[in-house]
Amino acid sequence: MKNIDVAVVGAGPAGLSAAIEAAKYGVKTLVIDENRQPGGQLFKQIHKFFGSQAQMAGIRGYEIGKKLLASAQMHHVQMHLNTQVIGIDETNTLAVIKDHHYSEIKARKIILCCGAAEKTLAFPGWTLPGIMGAGAAQTLVNIHRVLPGEKILMVGSGNVGLIVTYHFLQAGANVKAVIDAAHSIKGYGVHAAKIKRAGIPIMLGCTINRAIGKKQVEKAELIRVDERFNKIPSTEIQMDVDTICLAVGLSPSTELARMAGCKLYYDAKLGGYIPLINQDMQTTLEDIYAAGDMTGIEEASIAMEEGRIAGISCAVGLGYCPDTATSQRVVQNIRLNLSQLRSYKPN
Amino acid sequence: MGTGMRFNGCPSKNELASAPGVPSLEDLNRKPLAVIECIEPIPCNPCEHACPFQAITVGDPITNCPVLDPEKCTGCGTCIACCPGLAIFVIDMNFTAATALVTMPYELYPLPQEGAEIDCLGRGGNTVAKGRIHTVKTSEKFDKTALVSIELSKEFAMDVRNIRMC
Amino acid sequence: MRVVNHPILGEDPKKRKITIYIDNKPVEAMEGDTIASALWANGIKACRYTPKNQEPRGIFCCIGRCNDCIMTVDGIPNIRSCITPVKDGMRIKTQKGNGTWEELK
Repeated sequence: MKNIDVAVVGAGPAGLSAAIEAAKYGVKTLVIDENRQPGGQLFKQIHKFFGSQAQMAGIRGYEIGKKLLASAQMHHVQMHLNTQVIGIDETNTLAVIKDHHYSEIKARKIILCCGAAEKTLAFPGWTLPGIMGAGAAQTLVNIHRVLPGEKILMVGSGNVGLIVTYHFLQAGANVKAVIDAAHSIKGYGVHAAKIKRAGIPIMLGCTINRAIGKKQVEKAELIRVDERFNKIPSTEIQMDVDTICLAVGLSPSTELARMAGCKLYYDAKLGGYIPLINQDMQTTLEDIYAAGDMTGIEEASIAMEEGRIAGISCAVGLGYCPDTATSQRVVQNIRLNLSQLRSYKPN
Repeated sequence: MGTGMRFNGCPSKNELASAPGVPSLEDLNRKPLAVIECIEPIPCNPCEHACPFQAITVGDPITNCPVLDPEKCTGCGTCIACCPGLAIFVIDMNFTAATALVTMPYELYPLPQEGAEIDCLGRGGNTVAKGRIHTVKTSEKFDKTALVSIELSKEFAMDVRNIRMC
Repeated sequence: MRVVNHPILGEDPKKRKITIYIDNKPVEAMEGDTIASALWANGIKACRYTPKNQEPRGIFCCIGRCNDCIMTVDGIPNIRSCITPVKDGMRIKTQKGNGTWEELK
């Protein structure tokens, strides 16, 4: 069994930020991630981020990822990649599997930064190949450099739907339309404006009725909906597509928090069940912290700030910060920044 | 169904008129200026820091829409590539007696050729006019966002916000 | 279709061609591909057929969470094709149902 001060589960923006902050105080920190590359979903974010110039605004997501990795290395954060955490117990022991081999890691504090998974939308034909999460298509295009298809329909006008549509255009793909059952655009107007001025139709009050195809999707049948989202009969239209991307939200990945026994609660706006945390990002269990999308679906810029708070809180909790006044001040600044980042959400 | 950014992805005339980053036509007729089509309270401020002449103010809170000072703005275009929303343009209304120069951020492949004839598209992606690529600027500082300047008939300068290669 | 040139990401860094075998047919892949991305680049979208109704399934999450894209790889069933890197000569099978351990036969 390996022993460590702080184990961080997840090497995305929250996990890396948490690990870097803890390691800055000399805490022995280990990040565990099931992927072969660290960075979570940052490396497929090829657009410049909003936010404050004082943080990482105006920088493309993958560049932020590179900066975090460099910083983690500089502060001697250990990293176990290609390693799945499959269990957690009341002694703060993580059960992990790497290349089919089992081992255990015991930590004094654990920070869960497990991220989120894409939600789906069930409609007749939704399981046909060619129908996938918008984030999945974004991974294909920006990481693997393969287009998901030739004729793409995007379902969902939130920021993910709008941004991924723009990424498709950058990769030279043909996007037939963005649709949303809502009667107004859900994401930021500027993201909508970018694809609108490229001629991509944004169809509101419109949902997908069914997908048609044998071995893969060949057509999407769309239908109009009224203000209460009831389908309006006889308004079906069919569209030739070979790809349907679903950008219908994300759901926090809370399995480990649940297994550990952290108290969860339901918050529809934040994406569903999430661990109850205090302002130090501590869950209802003393030694378990959580940050990033698994504590509520928000922006990567917010995940990074939450992670930093969790990292500092663990360092303080383990007695690595004799100068508590200074660390308090740092945390206060992060909280202030968080409240500004959270002060506006479209719709 | 309403009109404007939330309903069709295009800022409406009213939304643009009330945006503090969009200068008046009077000012635009006087000198080249940035046109910041940022109408939502997004927590974002790189434009404020990018301007070498302190012509853009976001201030506190960070969700303020950027305010353009037409006196300080020189139309240099430094702010264009720094806007994550790709919402800043520079308009030189008096490029020649008959034409204006519209400079826009461009992030598609391939980049247009200088001198090429192109379709000028409106905010809705519709073809508004024909134009000509005047310059294409890239720089490490712009981080992969090119600045494309197009020359077009003056009357369309406030409507054209994209191009399509012919 | 591969994205060879990209305004932000530049040229595709994947350069070395390798051969993988899908249901015993040779298919060109690039070193650095995942199994799923190599399939998709070749227009192959069904990774498996479901146990009950034999319906095709393809990529859904592309980050190893949903298990929709599982295939039988070098004799081992239920391998997540979207996160498994290709190797030259790899033998991949469109999985029928729950698959079988071919080595154990």
